[in-house]
Amino acid sequence: MTMQTIGRPTRPEGSTEAAGFQSLTGGRGLLQDEPLIFELGGWTKTGVDLPEVAEDASDLAGLTRAGVDLPGLSEPEAMRHYVRLSQKNHAIDLALYPLGSCTMKHNPRLNEKAARLAGFADLHPLAPVSTTQGALALMDRLAHWLKTLTGMPAVALSPKAGAHGELCGLLCIKAAHEAAGQGHRRTVLVPTSAHGTNPATAAFVGYSVQEIAQTEDGRVDLADLEAKLGPDVAAIMVTNPNTCGLFERDIIEISKLTHAAGAYFYCDGANFNAIVGRVRPGDLGVDAMHINLHKTFSTPHGGGGPGAGPVVLSAALAPFAPAPWVVGGANGLQLVEEAAGDAAQAFGRMSAFHGQMGMFVRAYAYMRSHGSDGLRQVAEDAVLNANYIKARLSDVMTPAFPDGPCMHEALFDDAWLDGTGVTTLDFAKAMIDEGFHPMTMYFPLVVHGAMLIEPTETESKRELDRFCDALRALAAAAKGNDKDRFKGAPHLAPLRRLDETLAARKPRLTWRADSSAS
Amino acid sequence: MRYLPLTSDDRAQMLGVIGAPDVDALFADVPRAARLPGPVDLPAHAGELEVERELTALSAMNRAAGAGPFFCGAGAYRHHVPATVDHIIQRSEFLTSYTPYQPEIAQGTLQVLFEFQTQVAALTGLEVANASMYDGSTACAEAVMMAQRVTRREKAILSGGLHPHYAATTQTIAHAEGMEIVRQTAAIDAEAAVIDAIDEHTACVVVQTPNVFGVVTDVTKIAEAAHAKGALLIVVTTEAVSFGLLKSPGEMGADIAVAEGQSIGNALNYGGPYVGLFACREKLMRQMPGRLCGETVDADGRRGYVLTLSTREQHIRREKATSNICTNSGLCALAFTIHMTLLGGTGLAELAKINHAKARELKAAVDGAGLEVLTPRFFNEIAVRVKGSAAALVEALAAQGILAGVPYSRLDPHAGLDDVLLLCATETTTSEDIAALAAALKAA
Repeated sequence: MTMQTIGRPTRPEGSTEAAGFQSLTGGRGLLQDEPLIFELGGWTKTGVDLPEVAEDASDLAGLTRAGVDLPGLSEPEAMRHYVRLSQKNHAIDLALYPLGSCTMKHNPRLNEKAARLAGFADLHPLAPVSTTQGALALMDRLAHWLKTLTGMPAVALSPKAGAHGELCGLLCIKAAHEAAGQGHRRTVLVPTSAHGTNPATAAFVGYSVQEIAQTEDGRVDLADLEAKLGPDVAAIMVTNPNTCGLFERDIIEISKLTHAAGAYFYCDGANFNAIVGRVRPGDLGVDAMHINLHKTFSTPHGGGGPGAGPVVLSAALAPFAPAPWVVGGANGLQLVEEAAGDAAQAFGRMSAFHGQMGMFVRAYAYMRSHGSDGLRQVAEDAVLNANYIKARLSDVMTPAFPDGPCMHEALFDDAWLDGTGVTTLDFAKAMIDEGFHPMTMYFPLVVHGAMLIEPTETESKRELDRFCDALRALAAAAKGNDKDRFKGAPHLAPLRRLDETLAARKPRLTWRADSSAS
Repeated sequence: MRYLPLTSDDRAQMLGVIGAPDVDALFADVPRAARLPGPVDLPAHAGELEVERELTALSAMNRAAGAGPFFCGAGAYRHHVPATVDHIIQRSEFLTSYTPYQPEIAQGTLQVLFEFQTQVAALTGLEVANASMYDGSTACAEAVMMAQRVTRREKAILSGGLHPHYAATTQTIAHAEGMEIVRQTAAIDAEAAVIDAIDEHTACVVVQTPNVFGVVTDVTKIAEAAHAKGALLIVVTTEAVSFGLLKSPGEMGADIAVAEGQSIGNALNYGGPYVGLFACREKLMRQMPGRLCGETVDADGRRGYVLTLSTREQHIRREKATSNICTNSGLCALAFTIHMTLLGGTGLAELAKINHAKARELKAAVDGAGLEVLTPRFFNEIAVRVKGSAAALVEALAAQGILAGVPYSRLDPHAGLDDVLLLCATETTTSEDIAALAAALKAA
């Protein structure tokens, strides 16, 4: 999930020195100020001990460089440098991280341990398949779980992230249309509430994007969809549950209309965690759907990747899936790396090698730990937690869609802030001072000043209550004219609000010896 | 279930607050026909011990690279990664944080990205770099599409020395976006052949050095030829350690450099996750794909970092974005940055020298075994002509416990190079490993 910035201020509104105690050296207790590695003076230093090499590189005369102008640090210095930096980050292991649509849930350490087993981590992607049977078996088992949970007959494992999976799904759709003599279909329909990646991916593949209107209650407008479904439409891309945190009640009708028009139904599976074990997208008429393993199946987000985005496919699209894939055979499992023969319709290759194996191991460990019963409980608790937050905050904030339950995330608008002078951004920044990561803000675009809260199933009732109490207190402060609390927020973070306008106007993307923005 | 904190009492109380009779009521919007009555047909939950046992058993069915003599490269390289790296990347604050959208509480990740971008720019000899891509192959495809945006031309010429997976990925993705992709015939020393193919419709030429056969090339003349026709030169590197020894892409005139960064800080992982490096000339900055981290100040004037130039990106531009990319390879970029910081410029240069020396030792041994070494100038990989099928030879040696490199046919079965074997040596390769390989090759 991404943060929306249109319409929100990107410049801090005023500098107010934090009042009160000042240390003598600028120190801040446990929070260490840490320069860049380029400012630590290690231009000739190294933190590794390597054997001397007698030999030179004379056979590469004229092809070598003079040296590499980068600093190094000894091991203790490097450890300290990065540990100090780490302490400036919020993390799911620290507190609730309610970014709607991003699914920040607990990352079990068993999964980390498993991914580091030598047989997985120290395994070369092009080692003979006779020596990688365990890896292929794991991919095969993961595929089986993904297919069973989604009710879909095929899966392409190789996409490296959600957006990469979207691309894979649309390329399958494009290939299927071309094979059927339907290559003239040039339009993809996308609801206004969609993730930005949906229209970006469709445009990337050369489709023109048309928006589908949304109803008052936050769902796809069936009449508008029907009016726009024509002989030029290649596919619709619908997120379900959608980005408002709502299940598309008419989903079966949507897929019927789509198929009747000769188009394919691409489902953005970013929110599959809300329904896993309870609903199979295959039963809803979905033709292709990516699964963000880092959301539903809890592979760590790692400060922005790596993700993994396998795509499940219907029987109609399966023949067009990209290489590679795993097949069984008399001599054990085989890896089909080149589309040929029966598989000649495969549309190509999404990346080098076979996908995010390290993420496959983690996701599979997560699935096995939960089992079919636990995964069903995952969806139930995720939905229960979101509805609990909605119920506890609805009298002080304004839910965007008050009627009926939400799914795994609760969406509020900013109507309740009218007249307070406090914006969604201010409110979000004030949450930081209370020890919480802000919710997703200003997304989806269809809701004014949106605040999208996704607690996930791995939060205890105690932490949910702590969170709701904090938001209720903040809401009271906002309505009680305590404006400075919000305008200057955050007050207690490692840094105050940052000047994004300056960063974009004079981009400084690398350190240079001469000067810096400050 | 150990990962789910709610108790039955909690659930009952919460339903009371919500005012719902049961959890099914919360799924009321799901069409009745689509509601599964019970768990799907998969095994039930399992304890940590049980899951660990299953995964350990699967892992044991694989032959780890470290289990014996090992010579595979071809886009993924086995290097020694200091223990510090894996310790730091498993810190909660790095492992379990999200993309730094709230910069005030993500300065750790952001400062690392700024250091990463600076390191990548220095290694590639270019002015700016992004915050990483999925991997080298997708970075290559993105670079080709960026060249289309910059030049407003449609044709890309891929050298026959480009890793076939990179070529196939670029062909799939950039072709889908409407580009014409010309793949040149695979050949050991293929680079110079791109010059004749450049014309006034050419957006870019893509050249890999060291190439997939291990050949090191000075691409200066190719850069000149491309620029004379208004095309860009994209230089691909799959072995990032080579930046420690070889002339940088920027120094040789590249406009865009992309690389697989796995070699620095990241394990083999059977092919992923890896980390794509992407750098370019400053004047092309606004056409770059992916995330960018930039320096700025906070409300009190203190230096800090934010994600910037997001007006290129999909969440703002939607269908007009430069790319559909929403994520980078953050944790792998962190591993790269830490390892690079431990090495420093001097350490990387030393490491690169060791790799080259090991490859020279390997070449001498292969020569001594009577096989023809095809690669004239190499860094740490060589291509060797074997008698008969390289794939069959690799299988035969695997049965003896030696992972004897990658048959070229594995990467591209249609090239007619079935007798070409790609061998790689790194600092992890011992003289005993090389002797064992030479003996096995001689006997084969």
